[in-house]
Amino acid sequence: MNIPQEYKELTWQGLWKNNPGLVQLLGLCPLLAVTSTVVNALGLGLATLFVLICSNATVSAVQHWVPKEIRIPIFVLIIAAFVTCIQLLMNAFTFDLYESLGIFLPLIVTNCAIIGRAEAYASKNSVKHASFDGLMMGLGFLLVLVALGAIREVLGQGTLLDGAELLFGDWASQLRIEVFHLDNQFLLAILPPGAFIAMGFLIAAKNKIDAKLAEQQPKQQEAQIERVRVNFDG
Amino acid sequence: MRKAIENNAKLLALFAVACTTLVGLVHLLTKDIIVEQEQQQLLNTLNELVDPSTYNNAINQACIMVEHELLGIKTQKAYLAKKGQQPIAAAITTTAPDGYNGDIQLMVAISFDGVVKGVRTLKHKETPGLGDKIELRKSPWILSFNNKQILDNKDRRWAVAKDGGMFDQFTGATITPRAVVNAVKRTVTYFNQNKKQLFDKTANCQEVL
Repeated sequence: MNIPQEYKELTWQGLWKNNPGLVQLLGLCPLLAVTSTVVNALGLGLATLFVLICSNATVSAVQHWVPKEIRIPIFVLIIAAFVTCIQLLMNAFTFDLYESLGIFLPLIVTNCAIIGRAEAYASKNSVKHASFDGLMMGLGFLLVLVALGAIREVLGQGTLLDGAELLFGDWASQLRIEVFHLDNQFLLAILPPGAFIAMGFLIAAKNKIDAKLAEQQPKQQEAQIERVRVNFDG
Repeated sequence: MRKAIENNAKLLALFAVACTTLVGLVHLLTKDIIVEQEQQQLLNTLNELVDPSTYNNAINQACIMVEHELLGIKTQKAYLAKKGQQPIAAAITTTAPDGYNGDIQLMVAISFDGVVKGVRTLKHKETPGLGDKIELRKSPWILSFNNKQILDNKDRRWAVAKDGGMFDQFTGATITPRAVVNAVKRTVTYFNQNKKQLFDKTANCQEVL
């Protein structure tokens, strides 16, 4: 029963407790810059997720051959290689989305969440656990991106999933939902300041929920703590 | 100490080689598809602008590098549509240097008699929600250029409505449409002055096809 416990913990950490977007606050640059629509957020989130899984797995696989002194340059090399591969693949197969994500695709390299996970978790754990950690951290990041993208898209343009055909092909243009009609777009939500504000609310909401959760089960925890008072001055 | 440095250097080099190989392989696999996609994208834009039934050459390969102050400082490309030897239209890329937020890249298609067939925005950094209405995805404004022509040198209609011209500006954004109108006007002027020489040239874009 030891292994499932570890996976459960990793899921909890990645999706909620130690969420790279909301708690670690890593990779803010892509988080704030590309989340103007759900589709952009989803595209970048998936790319980051893929890079995170691959880099975590690779870093974990080579951990025994990499001396401590040169681990960082090697991690960077591995991450950069995967990002470049993703970039090429997206350029080839989702051309329009590649165009609309622009500079933020290569900037995944600088997403500290990825090297952070490589250093903090993948380099010390088995390939299986590291890949799973990558998956969960990536999903956590993806969810925050999409949530932020949805908030900004609804407020800014009154739509959801506008431009889904960029990611999924022509059939997906039907996925577009017009929540309400705006004659003039709400600029603040689309521009970076809107991203900061929405992000602030998301983090506040998470903290609020955490506080509620903590309130619900404090007694149980307190009962377990047995204090032993040692007074040397005695 | 020296030994450690040597080992680390070797290891780094090994990783560098491995990573480069991986990227190289992916590049090899995707290279052709990417070129194909770019050509397809280009062809789609060209087809939207110039009706494919009016010409019979391979327009995306009949590309000429042009440099002229009217088209901005960059080297631009002109795609020529011909039917047999007869010139039909040209689609010319152009730069509007005076956008609200830097350069705006446009493609302007003009038929041989000087009538604008259509304009598309290729690349821009205008304010989302205001200036980005020059994208066809966001607003049909860019279609207002269709079938317009320059009558003479002093054609005052080629300006936004605020400046007394025939093109609407957007609410909250005058600079962007003004820049686009002026760039299109300059391109049409360039075409009217140079169209004969343009169609005499042979394709010379150094593109890998």
